[in-house]
Amino acid sequence: MVTHDSEGAHAHAAPTGFIRKYIFSLDHKVIGIQYWLLALFSVFVGMFLSVMMRIHLVWPNAHIPFVENNQLTPEQYLALLTMHGSIMVFMVLTTAPQSGFGNYILPIQIGAADMAFPVLNMLSFWTTFLSLVVMISAFFVTGGAPISGWTAYPPLSALDAIAGPGQGAGQTLWVIGVAIFCGASLMGALNFITTIIDLRAKGMSLMRMPLTCWAWFVTAILGLLAFGVLLAACLLLLLDRTAGTSFFIPGGLVVSDKIIDHKGGSPLLWQHLFWFFGHPEVYIAILPGMGVASHILSTFSRKPVFGYRAMVHAICAIGFLGFCVWGHHMFVSGMSPYSAFAFSLLTMSIGVPSAIKTFNWLGTIWNGKIQFTCSMLFALGFVSLFVSGGVTGLFLAQPSIDLFFHDTYFVVGHFHLIMGVAAIFGIFAATYFWFPKMFGRHLNEGAGKLHFWLTFVGVYAIFLPTHWLGMVGHPRRYADLSGATFLYPLIPVQKFISIAAFITIGSQFIFLFNFLWSVKKGMKATDNPWHATTLEWSIPSPPPHDNFGGHIPVVYHGPYEFSVPGYADDYVPQHLAPEHVAKNKS
Amino acid sequence: MPRERSGASSTSSSTTTAALLALLLVALVVVSVFFFAKKTWWFPPAITAFGHEVDAQFMRTLVIVGVVFVLSQLALAYAVFRFRDRGQRATHNEGNQTMEVLWTLATIVLFVGLGVMARNAWAEVHFRPAAPDAIQIEVTGQQFAWNFRYSGADGKFGRLNPKLVNASGGNPLGLDPADPDSKDDLVVPVMAVPVNREVELLVRSQDVTHSFFVRELRLKQDAVPGMIIRVHFTATEPGSYEIPCAELCGLGHYRMHSTLTVMSDADYQKWLKEQAAANAP
Repeated sequence: MVTHDSEGAHAHAAPTGFIRKYIFSLDHKVIGIQYWLLALFSVFVGMFLSVMMRIHLVWPNAHIPFVENNQLTPEQYLALLTMHGSIMVFMVLTTAPQSGFGNYILPIQIGAADMAFPVLNMLSFWTTFLSLVVMISAFFVTGGAPISGWTAYPPLSALDAIAGPGQGAGQTLWVIGVAIFCGASLMGALNFITTIIDLRAKGMSLMRMPLTCWAWFVTAILGLLAFGVLLAACLLLLLDRTAGTSFFIPGGLVVSDKIIDHKGGSPLLWQHLFWFFGHPEVYIAILPGMGVASHILSTFSRKPVFGYRAMVHAICAIGFLGFCVWGHHMFVSGMSPYSAFAFSLLTMSIGVPSAIKTFNWLGTIWNGKIQFTCSMLFALGFVSLFVSGGVTGLFLAQPSIDLFFHDTYFVVGHFHLIMGVAAIFGIFAATYFWFPKMFGRHLNEGAGKLHFWLTFVGVYAIFLPTHWLGMVGHPRRYADLSGATFLYPLIPVQKFISIAAFITIGSQFIFLFNFLWSVKKGMKATDNPWHATTLEWSIPSPPPHDNFGGHIPVVYHGPYEFSVPGYADDYVPQHLAPEHVAKNKS
Repeated sequence: MPRERSGASSTSSSTTTAALLALLLVALVVVSVFFFAKKTWWFPPAITAFGHEVDAQFMRTLVIVGVVFVLSQLALAYAVFRFRDRGQRATHNEGNQTMEVLWTLATIVLFVGLGVMARNAWAEVHFRPAAPDAIQIEVTGQQFAWNFRYSGADGKFGRLNPKLVNASGGNPLGLDPADPDSKDDLVVPVMAVPVNREVELLVRSQDVTHSFFVRELRLKQDAVPGMIIRVHFTATEPGSYEIPCAELCGLGHYRMHSTLTVMSDADYQKWLKEQAAANAP
């Protein structure tokens, strides 16, 4: 571990101009907020797309003012679906928990003045921004956005507009956008890994790192290994689309009675490459949430994390196993049934570290003194959602059962609960928790609680019935419910889901207004309003430009020393020298 | 909200919040268990031995998953209410090695054991090849229709030539008339099979990836361009069953649909003759 005895090589003076301070900033805190704002913008775009989808699905004749003929077509529904998935997965679930909070909080929590490579950090944000622009621009080209889903299975995604509207320029822009995003994520991952390995303050041993840092660390490693593969896959797909290669397109295809001039490619190759990225991506989205939940449950139960070592091992086990299970997305793909069975057992075993985490979260709050801040409520909600979304994975992990559930709404319910909503609850928990540190003011707790209740009830009202649609065998990605007669009795359930979605999405505006209001008018925050232990609470809110004012702290304690017997306070900050910790008077 | 950690007002608001969250978690458990137990939304009855085996494995999994789900949510609800802030001091406890080992072993046995138990059903449909006398039907997906090819009396499928594909001209698969084997091949947009006879499907696609799905067979198989994938089943209940496409294949995905009719062997032979007559040039 490198220690810094001076202000060191990574310190840089605070910039004064607006552009260097807020736009092309090298400060990890500004970049963290930029990522967070990019995710906030994207999540509202993504929710807007889902509102359009839910309207079209249950009221196909609804009057939509800003589209041609005032009605959405099936292909527009699929374009909405593709872009909803892509924007939510890449621009929200990958950016906010890791690049947003990771960037802002990680260097401070390990006692560093900035990330290891500030310029690379700035580049990775602006590359992400470029990728968002390219991706969204797909809506505005001839044919519109692609209709092949966020998984972009070839040959549908590899052929031109002959395969469908949106499969021309729109699909090309999508592939380029995702490839750019891969580059940005690789830069970010390198920066995170180097920062954690090299820039920990004196005394901050690996086993004294907060679980948030462990989660960001393992997530960065996953990102480094996964996004490289997706980048390669995207480049091959781009070559198939533009240069006449045939990596993913087999010979003898006939589309609309026209012969396709390709031969020798394999559609399954894309699926292997995509899911080799895609499954770790699920953990890239959820691991930071797990770290945040552990951190917050401990802080607001006033108890150490139960089984800290087991939690670290579980994070690492999930990270490793996350690379061994991609084949469970391909049980019906025509892949060898023997590898399917192997993938099934590996997938079942990833339930083990997940269960360990759940038990330890319960152990953490057990016998605690639970303080129901908004941040704590979202962390508790995270645990509930993680359990609900996790257990259904045990059905899908078994190939024989998956033969029925694959590509039905059961899968939609499963991954929205665990990867979507649980991860979002992690983001909200983090936001309510660190907002006072980031902006020097508190979010309004009353509005926050209302936001929590509506969101918690709302997401279950949306995604429990989604599973029941899957029980009946409702295929996903259907633009219209007239396609099969067994769908007709399910229309009332679909309507219920749509209405629940509108209410849940509507209640997110409570959060938006709370955020906008509190940035300017919120209650002023002290340095350590939550009586928390980690290093970010040892410095002013908001922190100065170089975090610690040139005095890098020394760490003396583990991250979660709450309610330690013999001490006067119920928390011991990590940076407090043992002789300065107040003892009981007895 | 920064506040001092004792005081009556924070305690009473903490009780209300704790009670509400605990109640919601209990309500979640009650609603989920109710609808799964009542089977309000459920699979249609299975029509194969394999399907019944899948249903049995589903129920085994449901019981285990249900117990894990109910106990975890109720434990969370209990802890949230029982350990709410009432001005007490939390018990300092950094973990318990024995418990970690115990629940790790328990979940390994439970989850991996469940996975091993699922092997039989999977082996039946995918490890064991179809019997040599199974009826072969070629299933072809194309935007946005299914076509089913029966080999006719010679038991041989004729050659296909992509250059001859002409969906509107009555040759959706590009059957090559120059090949004598193709003479008695029957290509139809709906599927019929005799009851209690093993059927082997040769699943393929002509353009993009589709997925053959019959809920009552508990069977789904992607139709992947460039591959011919074999699956088999023996339907035991006569009736008519829907075949929706289950893999996103383009703008008409939702309307890519056909039907499977399971009929007596006599009716099946009659059906084949009628279809052949209707298809004769």
